[in-house]
Amino acid sequence: MSTTAVRLGRARYGRETLHAEWTKLRTVASTGWLLLGAAALTIAVSAAVDAAAACPAGGCQADPAKLSLTGVQAGQAIVVIIGVLAVSSEYGTGMIRSTLTAMPRRLTVLAAKATIIAGLVLAVSSAAAAASVLAGRLILPGHGFTAAHGYPPLSLSHGPDLRAACGSVLYLALIALLSLGVATAVRETAVATGLVLGLLYVFPVVTSVVGNQHWQRHLEQVGPMTAGLYIQVTVKLRSLPLTPWQGLGVLALWAAGALITGALILRFRDA
Amino acid sequence: MTAVTPQRSAARGARDGFGQLLHAEWTKFRTVHGWVIGMIVAILVTGGLGVLIAKSAVPSCSVHSSSGQPGPVQHGAACGQPSYPLGPGGEPVRDAFYFVRQPLAGNGGIAVRVTSLTGPAAWSKGGIIISGGTRQGSAYAAMMVTGRHGVRMQWNYTGDTPGLAGLVSAARPRWLRLTRDGGTITGYDSADGTHWTRVGTVALAGLPATVQAGLFVTSPAQAAYSSTLGSGSVNNSPTQATAVFDHISQAGRWPASAWAGDDVGAGGPAGAPGSGYHQVAGRFTVTGSGDIAPLIGGALNDGPAITVRDYLLGTFAGLIAVAVVAAMFMTAEYRRGLIRTTLTASPHRGRVLAAKAIVIGSAAFITGLAAAAAAVLIATDVAHGNGAAVFPEPWPTELRIIAGTGALIAVAAVFTLAVATMVRRSAAAILIVIVTIVIPFVLSAPPGIPAGLTEWLLRITPAAAFALQQPTPEYYQVKASYIPSSGFFPLAPWTGFAVLCAWTALALAAAAYLLKRRDA
Repeated sequence: MSTTAVRLGRARYGRETLHAEWTKLRTVASTGWLLLGAAALTIAVSAAVDAAAACPAGGCQADPAKLSLTGVQAGQAIVVIIGVLAVSSEYGTGMIRSTLTAMPRRLTVLAAKATIIAGLVLAVSSAAAAASVLAGRLILPGHGFTAAHGYPPLSLSHGPDLRAACGSVLYLALIALLSLGVATAVRETAVATGLVLGLLYVFPVVTSVVGNQHWQRHLEQVGPMTAGLYIQVTVKLRSLPLTPWQGLGVLALWAAGALITGALILRFRDA
Repeated sequence: MTAVTPQRSAARGARDGFGQLLHAEWTKFRTVHGWVIGMIVAILVTGGLGVLIAKSAVPSCSVHSSSGQPGPVQHGAACGQPSYPLGPGGEPVRDAFYFVRQPLAGNGGIAVRVTSLTGPAAWSKGGIIISGGTRQGSAYAAMMVTGRHGVRMQWNYTGDTPGLAGLVSAARPRWLRLTRDGGTITGYDSADGTHWTRVGTVALAGLPATVQAGLFVTSPAQAAYSSTLGSGSVNNSPTQATAVFDHISQAGRWPASAWAGDDVGAGGPAGAPGSGYHQVAGRFTVTGSGDIAPLIGGALNDGPAITVRDYLLGTFAGLIAVAVVAAMFMTAEYRRGLIRTTLTASPHRGRVLAAKAIVIGSAAFITGLAAAAAAVLIATDVAHGNGAAVFPEPWPTELRIIAGTGALIAVAAVFTLAVATMVRRSAAAILIVIVTIVIPFVLSAPPGIPAGLTEWLLRITPAAAFALQQPTPEYYQVKASYIPSSGFFPLAPWTGFAVLCAWTALALAAAAYLLKRRDA
């Protein structure tokens, strides 16, 4: 095993690992279906929210960019599964032992998996975010979100809208990495999925009824989903507890923490 | 799988066999530490979130000053635990109105003509009332004209039935009549004072021999809210209405010789200046503010914002933990190949599924019940200690919410088991349960997503069963924010539960079919 590592250079070894992980993921039919499902659910929920929204003549305080990207809140559930399965399916089938026998540098394996998953999710969620914004651009003006009410049509050439869309893409990629890290740590598909989804959804639900404003701000600041989705906000930025990019940074910290925990457990525990 | 002849298991007797099967599945469940821990996690998460929500509730005095609403009756000036008057049915009510009254001894009646009602609210009310007393929460029945809902007969806060339609005016006056006969009160209306139509007859329990009867006017606070707001801000401002009455006729024994005015429920800030009445030659002009109606809680409403349902918002997190266990209860069999042993020992595959469903359903029911009871009981205690204004739930409703949460978790666990039997993979099973139950709930709980969409989701998905946690019914006669983020569901509690049960029955049928038809 170690002879493999010696024979190949470090960079070459990394490339080989990346290639191996890509082949594994590419040749499993469920990966494609899940990616397609994540994009479809994101776009469908976004469009449904657009169609249900209303901005009456009296004006409204809605945020059209955030509304038209609401589907991310649902689509992320499938992204979580994608991130989790990338690791946990190997533990489920015992494949992990073959993987680690062939590629004994465990952290390189994890890095390769993270790179492939993040790349795939970035690509698919770019399409999903673009389609969601397009749906918002087409549907929202028919529901009162008109220039007369202070809402020009959504456009990716408009700075805040572009930031909301690109940020949503990064958000989904970070969610995938967070899930990958948690799955590496707990190894069990169902448990990892439940943990990540519970962690994500608990914050928006609980902060909606927390009466104490102080607590509410703090909980929103630390929640990976609540803070991460600040990146979609384009109106009343001053009332946010964090700036949009700081919010995404909070999610990045969660993802980094999960990946590091996963890496440590992968490195020091028997597979 | 086919190694064992069916005769052998049939010879053992069906009842015996199923009991053993149940015992076997129960042993499998109980001896996997992770699954038992998963159930305990569900209880801790649900209870813990309930306590967190209760701990963070704002003490009532600060809520009160910001809303400017005639609300809780305060104990003096101190910021104490607020209390709400309770109606005869045990439900918290709003009972504030201007009352021009006389005692009526024994049976009798009162009739009046209303020539105008001016008030901004659709549910401004002016009319006649027979009430057990002037204490808030007394039993009553009333005939009234309203701002925009025509003539109504209302009784005991929750009862409401329509009479003549149309607005009242001097050109189109409305005649109202109430008669008391023992414990029953009958209401009539008329457009001309000669042709009367009976609107309703109601039985009021506990009506004293001498009741208070007379004229009343009230007008509820008006709220400006929008369901599309990202942040739930609401502005409830009190309103006032004035009605003009004449042609008062009284039947029966009325021992007092003069009318007395009473601003019922004006102990708090409801005593708006301008409430009162004056009388000129049989013509009464009465002005009042408040409402005689059930109290509606929840976010954006003018009752207490925190309800029992809020303590149970963590239910969905507990449900995720239970669903993880329920999915693995089946998928672990396939993963380890145990399913072949299971089906060899018990070749009736449908009965294996039934035994598993009973075991996981019962375990989940106990888990859900414990989680809900812990969340509600501890959180209520914490919120009271905190001095927070909490919606006082009548105990039957509280019981329904706690037992319903147990039932919701139990059936959701069986649903997960059935889905897991169909798809055989944890990831797919969890995904389906999350998308159909958790996401519709999570999208609907915080404000921000249009209620039109979330109400539609909460009708057709299994998440409809969260309606079991609705704290108050929706009342036609009270204008309020009846949207999911305020705790109101589009379906009635048990109807919503039936939707989940229907999904589960379908999934179980499909699972049984596939389990029998496919190789294990």
